[in-house]
Amino acid sequence: MKDLVGIKELDRDDIERILDTAASFKDVLKRDIKKVPALRGKTVVNLFFEPSTRTKTSFELAEKRLSTDVLNFSVPTSSVVKGESLLDTVRTIEAYGVDFIVIRHSSSGVPHFIARNVKASVINAGDGINEHPTQALLDAFSIVEKKGGLNGLKVAIVGDITHSRVAKSNIYLLSKFGAHIRLVGPPTLIPDMADHGVEVFYSMEDGLKNVDVIMMLRIQMERQGKGFFPSTLEYFRNWGLDTQRLKLADKDAIVMHPGPMNRGIEISSDVADSGQSIILDQVTNGIAVRMAVMYLLGGAKKDA
Amino acid sequence: MPDTIVIKNGHIIDPSQCIDGIGDIFIEDGKIVRIEQKSGSPEAKKKKNNDFRSSELPNFQIIDASGLYVIPGLVDMHVHLREPGFEHKETIKTGTLAAVKGGITSVCCMPNTNPVNDNRTVTEFILRKAYDEGSCNVYPIGAITKGQKGEELAEMGMMREEGCVAFSDDGVPVANGILMRRALEYSKTFNVPIISHCEDVSLSEGGSMNEGALSTQLGLRGIPSASEDVMVARDIILAELTGGRLHIAHVSTEGSVRLIRQAKERGVNITAETCPHYFTITEDAVKGYNTNAKVNPPLRRQKDVEAVTEGLKDGTIDVIATDHAPHHRDEKLLEFDNAPSGISGFETALSLGIGLVNAGVLTMSKLIEKTTLHPAKILGIDKGTLKTGSDAEIAIVDMNKEFHVRSEKFVSKGRNTPFEGWKLKGMPVITICKGKVYDWRIDG
Repeated sequence: MKDLVGIKELDRDDIERILDTAASFKDVLKRDIKKVPALRGKTVVNLFFEPSTRTKTSFELAEKRLSTDVLNFSVPTSSVVKGESLLDTVRTIEAYGVDFIVIRHSSSGVPHFIARNVKASVINAGDGINEHPTQALLDAFSIVEKKGGLNGLKVAIVGDITHSRVAKSNIYLLSKFGAHIRLVGPPTLIPDMADHGVEVFYSMEDGLKNVDVIMMLRIQMERQGKGFFPSTLEYFRNWGLDTQRLKLADKDAIVMHPGPMNRGIEISSDVADSGQSIILDQVTNGIAVRMAVMYLLGGAKKDA
Repeated sequence: MPDTIVIKNGHIIDPSQCIDGIGDIFIEDGKIVRIEQKSGSPEAKKKKNNDFRSSELPNFQIIDASGLYVIPGLVDMHVHLREPGFEHKETIKTGTLAAVKGGITSVCCMPNTNPVNDNRTVTEFILRKAYDEGSCNVYPIGAITKGQKGEELAEMGMMREEGCVAFSDDGVPVANGILMRRALEYSKTFNVPIISHCEDVSLSEGGSMNEGALSTQLGLRGIPSASEDVMVARDIILAELTGGRLHIAHVSTEGSVRLIRQAKERGVNITAETCPHYFTITEDAVKGYNTNAKVNPPLRRQKDVEAVTEGLKDGTIDVIATDHAPHHRDEKLLEFDNAPSGISGFETALSLGIGLVNAGVLTMSKLIEKTTLHPAKILGIDKGTLKTGSDAEIAIVDMNKEFHVRSEKFVSKGRNTPFEGWKLKGMPVITICKGKVYDWRIDG
């Protein structure tokens, strides 16, 4: 495998290999000296066409822990606005001699397009409303850590599914491993995913009943006023996760969120800070998972 | 071109004269002077003894069309020639030659140039360019509204005088209902069709492919069929209200076909067209973020393809046009949602149409009717016919010739085709237009 463009493109073996490798790297991260020489001499560029703090930081730390040389290339506006075509930007970067391109872009399919056009390994750090594969991998890793596996688990994904690449990647991953997926949210924010065997609930009360995992999604403020829902107040009343609703889930249910959270809009503070929340574990595991992905891809093969 | 040409023994199809049989066509000084049908009439038999003696005539050419179809050059009522303003995508010179290669001898160019063809000066420019550099007939379509902005009517009357044959804001819909009503009413003065690009932009905004499970899977924002259907319904109702002549462009959905069929049953004065890509391929062509399969309206699902095909078969859809929309390679090498919509269609259209004949959907005669007689009638132009006295604009088609679509070989500047590498059967091998005989077999 040269690239990681999406969970859709992976099979179970690929995913298991990444999760197993991530477990070893997590051990490394517990050591006093957290750096390994695994990819020394390799060069990574973090090519972010969209603002990002968390994902970029997590990747950068993972890259440094693997001893790679890291370049950051942030393009605040779309390539069209900037006047340079995407392909020109990417070819310029490739000419620097990089081995990995970690890319985030507001248009779906851009990592696929780039992967076809460069020799370097391309890692999708989020493309449009398509996929965010490393997030789904770190979520799976975190669930397995707490629950021992994925098969048969009842997982509720709550919020704006339509515009969430995190939700999409999670749905693709969890469905490959036999989890029962429930999508919960307003009908305006739930897309056609009938092919993936998901159940759809418009009511939190029905959707959260007896679930093992609750994955909350960030509500983008700009959706308000565009007709997806009338106000954040009404959203929280109907689809916000508070202590009362959490009680509907299995008593050992875990609560996840990809961050950054909107406290009081999709999740109440007492839930976010409760013992059932594994939100900070997700952050830690993200580094190990991203190290595993890069390690397994290995970067551009010089002799290839 | 030789003064005299005889196309011998071809299977002549001319729906304008209900001809469908073997015969010879005689051309003198660029005009069709006679058709002699082989079978049937005693007159034809009598003339057999009076055959042409080629050796006696100077400047004489015989084209042996045995085993080939001989048809009127096609009339393509929906094309983008991009000139003026977007000459990097296509010019009148390259576009019309590409049309001729596709067996098309008359094209109607949409007004979304820069400047927009919304006044007689631009119309005149296009016609002059076409006269100087064009390989086929060019009939401009004027904008319905100034600048295609959807705010006020353009000077249809003066554009009509200059040579516009229809009006359309193609590429953008006339969103404002009252303005569309006025356009349908006002255009009655000149008895010209209003060609509607049916799209409710509020329903399609931000979308770049058909909405459905596949758009979710690809993470691309969708354009629902409803975006087209809603506007088709509105325009049919406005046509009914005004009695204006409505022609619905590029029908792509099952819903549109149904609405048009119902309207025609009620006797509403409307016509409709579709394009080869809407009866040939589905949204699946978008997989892998193939920007050459990005088109507006978007490629739809199998059930829509079937409905469009059925609409062609039962006469609901009158016309097949290409919506030839060339773009520069660099423009398609973009993020899927930033890439422009459009397919370069001239050089594959007739072959894809023949696909319908080979599949038993249409007879060859019906296919030719939808690409010659019908569009010519709708536009009120004297083209797409082999009648005696008309200009010799003829395509000769080899139904058995197979070829692979290679966009690098396109005459058009636009290489944007979703049919790259497809093996197609049936193609024009000779086109006669504007005093020239093009033999495409030479190029292999």
